[in-house]
Amino acid sequence: MNTMHDVIAETFRLESRKVIAVLLSTLCDVELAEDALQDALVIALQRWKIDGIPRNPGAWIMTTARRKVIDRLRSAGALERNLPAIEAASAALADDEDGASDLQIPDERLKLIFTCCHPALGQEAQVGLTLQTLGGLTTPEIARAFLVPEPTMAQRLVRAKRKIRDAGIPYEVPASSEIPARLDAVLTVLYLIFNAGYAASEGDALIRHDLCDEAIRLARVLNALLTDVPGLTEDTEALGLLALMLLHHARRDARLGTVGDLIPLEEQERARWRHDEIAEGVAILDRALALQRRGPYQIQAAISALHAQAAQAEDTDWAQILVLYGALYDLHPTPIVALNRAVALAMQAGPEAGLTALDDPVFSELQSYYLYHAARADLLRRCGRTDAARQAYETALRFTDNAAEQAYLRRRIQP
Amino acid sequence: MRYMILIYNDPTVFMSMSQEQQGAEFAAYMAWNQEAAQRGVLRDGIQLQPANLATTVRVRDGKTMLTDGPFAETKEVLGGIYVIDCADLNEALDLAAKIPSARHSSVEVRPIMELPA
Repeated sequence: MNTMHDVIAETFRLESRKVIAVLLSTLCDVELAEDALQDALVIALQRWKIDGIPRNPGAWIMTTARRKVIDRLRSAGALERNLPAIEAASAALADDEDGASDLQIPDERLKLIFTCCHPALGQEAQVGLTLQTLGGLTTPEIARAFLVPEPTMAQRLVRAKRKIRDAGIPYEVPASSEIPARLDAVLTVLYLIFNAGYAASEGDALIRHDLCDEAIRLARVLNALLTDVPGLTEDTEALGLLALMLLHHARRDARLGTVGDLIPLEEQERARWRHDEIAEGVAILDRALALQRRGPYQIQAAISALHAQAAQAEDTDWAQILVLYGALYDLHPTPIVALNRAVALAMQAGPEAGLTALDDPVFSELQSYYLYHAARADLLRRCGRTDAARQAYETALRFTDNAAEQAYLRRRIQP
Repeated sequence: MRYMILIYNDPTVFMSMSQEQQGAEFAAYMAWNQEAAQRGVLRDGIQLQPANLATTVRVRDGKTMLTDGPFAETKEVLGGIYVIDCADLNEALDLAAKIPSARHSSVEVRPIMELPA
């Protein structure tokens, strides 16, 4: 049902993300900005039903929200302390009204991204704040996505907003010399959001498309802003991350079988991949690679692109993938990267070589990681060592709670 | 905004430095003091005596209990504080990262509670 109420709510949602970013530039108080926006929504629902949606809804929401900020600051007591904030809001309101209905809302979302992903906030809080203030997700939605109870998430978000206000976390794009370090945190947050959607680790749903879409959308916004804001330039890793997410997500329709079971890459029906999205991902990756500053996201995107460009699983360029995993391991010497490299080695040089690589002491940390045992089991099966393979599959089963992953492993035990 | 920088040192680190290293550490602190003063943000700075001179006070049911030593028995103890007045947390963190002890120990930055006059 597409009622007037829904149309208003949707218009409001679209415009309010930009408005909150602007409000914060004079406020530095996320809670207050959100409360004022909520007030403005209530008024919009009453007024727009009668007067229609204004010609410039963003400007309408902004002036209404600013008035509400002033009202709330005035009635909050501690008038003396709030006076500077009231003056700032009043001055901004006067500026807005000078421009009247032609008011252009400046795009302040880049500042908001850097504020939400400030390293002085815990990483879980960064992720939650980004989804809420930039993505417009509700607290229950975020809590569900990260499998935490709603009150826990609500408290985490409130604490983070208060820290921004009370510890004086500035609302600004960092100096260009600091951008690389700070951008790292932003990219990590976007990647965590994507992964939470791509590999939901519990429950029945293996992929949460909404979270993947949101991470991709935010990465697009980030890349566009880095290009558009004067004094900033394209970042190869920001491009690499966007390419990586597009290339992974392009396989979504082929990853799950009819009963929600997980289909491994080599068995996926490649016609069901989104080839337009793969083309876009590859084009973005090429642009990043042309700038010649390599990094882990670009390498992972390049690996994903090699898979995506193979017409058949047998056509996969494993030699090149093995080289790329080696390069990734140089930058990130983690057991997970080593595991992927061992699998690539098995594809290139045979399962025996892969099994030998998996005996490396680096994997002692992965003994309770289901993918390690699943990879070992697959290689044992390919060597024809059926009993050892079954044992390894059963070990893998013990270490995953995801129903789709469990179904995949059971299928392997009893073909 | 006023921030307090709390410097948590492991005293054995300084003790095990060579005389030249100790001299360099001291000179680095002098340089930091100078930079903070030049920026106009330095409000106060205190270096504490070693933690073995600390006495911890607790009052329970009206009875005062004294314990020898600092509040928490950890390797790193509060060694000193600075009070700085900065535009925002980023400026405070930038200065905190330049404190010599940050290279081998930890420094904590906390906003100061501003009470209404």
